[in-house]
Amino acid sequence: MLAIFKREMRSYFTSPIGYVFIGVFLAVSGFIFSLSTLQAGIDSDVASYFTMMLFVFSIVIPLLTMKTFSEERRSRTEQLLLTSPVSLFGMVLGKFLAAYTMFACTYLASCLNYYALYKFGTPNTGQLFGYSIAILLVGAAFVSVGIFISSLTQNQIIAAVGTIAVILIFLLASFLNQYIDVYAIRAVLSWISVYSRFGNFTHGVFDFNAVLYYFSITGVFLFLTVRIYEKRRWE
Amino acid sequence: MQTCMINIDHLVKRYGNKYAVNDISFKVGEGEIVGFLGPNGAGKSTTMNILTGYLSYTSGTVEVGGLDIIDHAFEVKKMIGYLPEQPPLYSDMTVEDYLNFVYDLKKCTFNRKKHIMEICEVVRIADVYKRLIGNLSKGYRQRVGIAQALVGNPKILVLDEPTIGLDPRQIVEVRNLIRTLGLDHTIILSTHILSEVQAVCDRVIIINRGKLVADKRTEDIATAVEGNRRLNAKICGPQKEVLSLLRAQPGVTSVEAIGQHDADSITYLIESEAGVDIRKPLFSILAKNNYPIIGLEAVGAGLEDVFLSLVDAKEPTTKARKKTVRKRSSAGGV
Repeated sequence: MLAIFKREMRSYFTSPIGYVFIGVFLAVSGFIFSLSTLQAGIDSDVASYFTMMLFVFSIVIPLLTMKTFSEERRSRTEQLLLTSPVSLFGMVLGKFLAAYTMFACTYLASCLNYYALYKFGTPNTGQLFGYSIAILLVGAAFVSVGIFISSLTQNQIIAAVGTIAVILIFLLASFLNQYIDVYAIRAVLSWISVYSRFGNFTHGVFDFNAVLYYFSITGVFLFLTVRIYEKRRWE
Repeated sequence: MQTCMINIDHLVKRYGNKYAVNDISFKVGEGEIVGFLGPNGAGKSTTMNILTGYLSYTSGTVEVGGLDIIDHAFEVKKMIGYLPEQPPLYSDMTVEDYLNFVYDLKKCTFNRKKHIMEICEVVRIADVYKRLIGNLSKGYRQRVGIAQALVGNPKILVLDEPTIGLDPRQIVEVRNLIRTLGLDHTIILSTHILSEVQAVCDRVIIINRGKLVADKRTEDIATAVEGNRRLNAKICGPQKEVLSLLRAQPGVTSVEAIGQHDADSITYLIESEAGVDIRKPLFSILAKNNYPIIGLEAVGAGLEDVFLSLVDAKEPTTKARKKTVRKRSSAGGV
């Protein structure tokens, strides 16, 4: 697992993809941050910043995950991984941790933005902290979705577009609720909605249910990825 | 008695209702070099993929080093070095990074630097050690692929078409390499080139459409194939006399004039009985009559001929078996 993790990390930096991810993430987050807080005049309210960042993730996270498995499959290098003494779960976990490390480190770097708040405004440190934890959890869920979709196809573009679509469904599900009258559908939509669970963190509340939900999403998609590989081996 | 390294017993792999591998059984002893011969789509790669744990199988048993490949997947995978049909290379890595990655992946516990350098010496890739794999030529890539299979010093090497796409000189090099490796490894290699098997392997297993057609020592395959020997002879002299002379030779089964390419010589196709070498008597009788031989070549048997002869040889036995079964059942009825 460690070998796969190390190789993935290295491949982010031997190809442009890692730099593109970090660059786009930092530039867009800085831009949105300045627009939504200091420039908007509501100097210390970061709620809209974090909400918008969720949508930015739908674009940048596929950059990290689109080639994880699709490229291995296309270039047949997965034959090496699958005939090595590595468990399927170890293989999936190694790739997940590499993509997630990229994501988390870049997010932590983007926290430099908050320096401006401390200099010119009156930020609520607890709230920022709660948001950061929520962002890191949502990121884990999205990365695992991206890895799962990458394992379904040999084509990076399809993997990327598919990931964007699924992430948007997760984000937008609760918005559809306004237009739907059937209770059962609304219950399902709000259950899968990543966004509605994000809300409690806004108020600085540590929502244990939400944490469990994000962990479950992450776990389920990693498990499904393992299952995809098992199924392909046995079919 | 050699210890049995690979034991494949009644292996079946089915995709839907199509059999990719249909009831194949064979054993490979320690230190053997076995050639896996068959046309494209015969099930060579599938069998190798199963053996290395990349694919599962529908039924049967596969044991490597006495261990079942499903129950002891980890131990078995450590015992096997695999070069798939398309070498599993990351084009964005250098040879150095790649081999170190494989070393970690296989959880080896040797002296890392020494082990990797030794492998590079054996497959002769030391001069491209620092280069990106994506920039290497096909021959070097193939050798990096073999190097990858050697990492961890596995007892068994499974090489899927190791010389495909190489130029003639590289083919000779890779064959020599395989022979060298064969001194301390058990090797299974697949190919659809008969001469490759003859050049490298101790034993040949031929499969066709997922079924095992033959499992013989390489020398036996050669004689099995030759059966009737055929010669192309270019002889000067009047066709009629030469023909009657040739036909009178003991051992000759048929002679045919197949063409006249220049003014005074005619090419004949001569078939002789198995095990009779008619070249020397041919020379003396023609020389005595002053009909010089200006060209003589053996007509080689291609893979197609091997198949036809082996498949044909097999058919009657299965028919015979069916007959006996039928007889037995009818006898039971009485």
